[in-house]
Amino acid sequence: MSKKMQITLTVNGEAQDLLAEPRELLIHVLRERLNITGPHIGCETSHCGACTVTMDGKSVKSCTVFVAQANGASITTIEGISTPDSLHVLQNAFREHHGLQCGFCTPGMITRAIQLLEDNPNPTEEEVRFGMAGNLCRCTGYQNIVKSVLAAATEMSAAREAAE
Amino acid sequence: MNDLSPERDNRIANLKGLGCSRKRVEDVRFTQGKGNYVDDIKMAGMLHGDFVRSPYAHARVVSINTDAAMALDGVIAVLTAKDLEPLGLHWMPTLAGDKQMVLADGKVLFQGQEVAYVVARDRYVAADAVELVEVEYEELPVLVDPFMALESDTVLREDLAGQTSGAHGERRHPNHIFLWEEGDKAATEAVLAEAEVVAEEMIYYHRTHPCPLETCGCVASMDKVNGKLTLYGTFQAPHVVRTVASLLSGIEEHNIRVVSPDIGGGFGNKVGVYPGYVCSIVASIVTGKPVKWVEDRMENLMATAFARDYWMKGRISATKEGKITGLHCHVTADHGAFDACADPTKFPAGFFHICTGSYDIPVAYVGVDGVYTNKAPGGVAYRCSFRVTEAAYFIERMIERLAQELNMDSAELRRINFIRKDQFPYHSALGWEYDSGDYHTAWDKALAAVGYDTLRAEQAERVEAFRRGETRKLMGIGLSFFTEIVGAGPVKNCDILGMGMFDSCEIRIHPTGSAIARLGTISQGQGHATTFAQILASEIGIPADSITIEEGDTDTAPYGLGTYGSRSTPVAGAATALAGRKIRAKAQMIAAYLLEVHDNDVEFDVDRFVIKGAPERFKTMKEIAYAAYNQAIPGLEPGLEAVSYYDPPNMTYPFGAYICMMDVDVDTGETEVRQVYALDDCGTRINPMVIEGQVHGGLTEAFAIVMGQEIAYDEMGNCKTGTLMDFFLPTAVETPHYTTDFTETPSPHHPIGAKGVGESPNVGGVPMFSNAVHDAFRAFGLKQSHMPHDHWRIWRIAEGLGLHG
Ligand code: FES
Ligand code: FES
Repeated sequence: MSKKMQITLTVNGEAQDLLAEPRELLIHVLRERLNITGPHIGCETSHCGACTVTMDGKSVKSCTVFVAQANGASITTIEGISTPDSLHVLQNAFREHHGLQCGFCTPGMITRAIQLLEDNPNPTEEEVRFGMAGNLCRCTGYQNIVKSVLAAATEMSAAREAAE
Repeated sequence: MNDLSPERDNRIANLKGLGCSRKRVEDVRFTQGKGNYVDDIKMAGMLHGDFVRSPYAHARVVSINTDAAMALDGVIAVLTAKDLEPLGLHWMPTLAGDKQMVLADGKVLFQGQEVAYVVARDRYVAADAVELVEVEYEELPVLVDPFMALESDTVLREDLAGQTSGAHGERRHPNHIFLWEEGDKAATEAVLAEAEVVAEEMIYYHRTHPCPLETCGCVASMDKVNGKLTLYGTFQAPHVVRTVASLLSGIEEHNIRVVSPDIGGGFGNKVGVYPGYVCSIVASIVTGKPVKWVEDRMENLMATAFARDYWMKGRISATKEGKITGLHCHVTADHGAFDACADPTKFPAGFFHICTGSYDIPVAYVGVDGVYTNKAPGGVAYRCSFRVTEAAYFIERMIERLAQELNMDSAELRRINFIRKDQFPYHSALGWEYDSGDYHTAWDKALAAVGYDTLRAEQAERVEAFRRGETRKLMGIGLSFFTEIVGAGPVKNCDILGMGMFDSCEIRIHPTGSAIARLGTISQGQGHATTFAQILASEIGIPADSITIEEGDTDTAPYGLGTYGSRSTPVAGAATALAGRKIRAKAQMIAAYLLEVHDNDVEFDVDRFVIKGAPERFKTMKEIAYAAYNQAIPGLEPGLEAVSYYDPPNMTYPFGAYICMMDVDVDTGETEVRQVYALDDCGTRINPMVIEGQVHGGLTEAFAIVMGQEIAYDEMGNCKTGTLMDFFLPTAVETPHYTTDFTETPSPHHPIGAKGVGESPNVGGVPMFSNAVHDAFRAFGLKQSHMPHDHWRIWRIAEGLGLHG
């Protein structure tokens, strides 16, 4: 065991101070220490994307980030994107278009999709497929996930236009 | 009632019952990250377990030294077989009538086998301690080829020395497990000997793995104060786990509570009982603390639940006109180190004898030899009913091979051999009674939908262009027509560890007219909370939105055999409908009392009972429910609840017609699936949206299996595919687009005519994609090439056929 270090994180808007071993993975800190269990573990080797969170405006696989690397960062997980009374457009779109089955990949998928649409608000289907390729799903065959993301993009664009 | 007023239509729509693409109730939680999967469970003082695993495929364990590990701060215990032996838990029975080491007892038989179990304060300390356990091994000769295993002098299972028979009969070699046979061997040989045309082929369905996104795990918690053991885990069959845990531990069954929380996909992986569960239970009993064990992905791929690994040698005969006359199949089945296949007890090769497929084959024989090798145990039904996808792949490849020998179009060969609609119920040569089907209609619809003749013409042109040197891409058309056999199963011949394969549903109607129903199954993504409520809504006239479905807690749910082999809808779905009908029967009496007429004078109408001939006089189910609790009705007990245990009279036989089109690059071996059309007939359709989702998912798993996914070993028994880097799971980029379609042939014996669908797309999809690859090279004489058809292997096909010039 290595010496613990002081880590400061902002998680879903809340400041967190904690002591952790530098080798601890961000996903473990979120899940074990902060009880944020929305991001899941499907591989711990960076392949599946179940652990996806947003770190300083970028999608990261939190199993591939040492908590020491995240020191000072601002992190958003699925828990931070909405409240039960007002869901994010993407959350509704996934339900509407049957973009999930077992739900294990879903928090990572939605978190990734939010960032994807942030970076590219009007993606083509091909861009969605490519942009979501870091997130694996074993249940849905992706077709309805892609449909959900495209539908959300359309809805969000329309809302933006209406606001302008 | 044939009142078709909009008012009545509204009432039907309001129920969100059968046939409605109801949005899923599960999604509200899951999309907010509020699922509750096993690794999300935390208990006060919880410890973490982790395994020391064997790096060798076959070795003697000379010594295990745990001193350094025990000395590490935060390590509570290190268990080895020696610690489990006094409890009789160093071995455990398997579902297949064999036994399996929980922790290495003197030797190891596959790479990744569990050797010692470390219990520590957290998962990091446990992982550190695993590194500190010193194990001395003495390597032994490794057998990874089942054919060589049957010739070898190396005995894998020394514990079975001298036993010339096992759970499934005679063992003719120390590495032989059983020979299981069905059909008429002599008659089949005779037909083959006389046949005008025979196609013969060895078809290998490689070893693969279900690999759900969530791995397996559990939390065991022994409460020493009240003597109760609670076990949370990724269990596709929680009630069976409770019974097994009781039998193994000696703890009385009422003192064990097994809970399957949300499960992140199963696909067969979570049917078995794994050493991790046993060790966690023991560790919790020993320490008095809750103990969590969750395997990592590498452990999942290396040690739990492989699927397939069938070497299928086939001969199929026909007349010159293409009428099939007989089928012979011999399988060499690689079961790995322990026979832990998850099949109904009396079926060591599952339902492989559905391998006559959708065809009227007068005589057939199948023999399956089970063999021990130095590979992981398992043999689960990966998104299919027991060994059915092996059977479907076998027959659909044999059909293609036969078409080649006959120089005939394989779509036409299928058509002239299909079991005709008027032949159902159809008795197959291998002993099944197919309940219903209309294969010709489905096939014609599928061929028309894809424009089959046009595709063939395009393909022929492509071959010509290729020969002229104008293109390097060939085109394959993948055909598949499959018959699934699901819904295990009739108690008279289907059981698991002696437990009959019925299933159950218990319903309580609340006074205000909403309800809760509990079932013996457990969803792993299938959406039971949504669809079972729909079955019930149509049966009892209470809106699906007012019905809670609960599964997976053995303290509250009625006993059932769980969810796998597409059995939930055929078995538990039937129990749900029948329990609903019991509710309805009592509701009828209450309604008649309230309306002051005779029981027979009222009839059910959507959400109410009406007086026959006077539908304006009625009592709604809501009113009836209230009356059940607040009125003293002569001759009736208060309350409104029912339970049904359903023993299916037969299996159900979903079927489908799948066609895909694929371009194959001869020089790179790359493929591109341009079109996939999947027509499924799963009988009555409960929720078309959910069905379509299941088909997309199953097709994608089939695509993965065919195009690259495998569990591969080198000759030393090293697993070469232990991470998601090497084990192919397709992403959104390579996954094809799907078009789905359906016909609807209800099961005649199921209460609502439903047949089950979740696994059909894997069963039908594997032959479809593989046949497309073969078909691309048919013009150049390719007969058979083993899956997975990754780029390298496809390139080698082209090379072997001399297409690289
Ligand atoms: S758990 Fe992080 S990518 Fe799989
Ligand atoms: S919904 Fe199960 S892994 Fe995506």
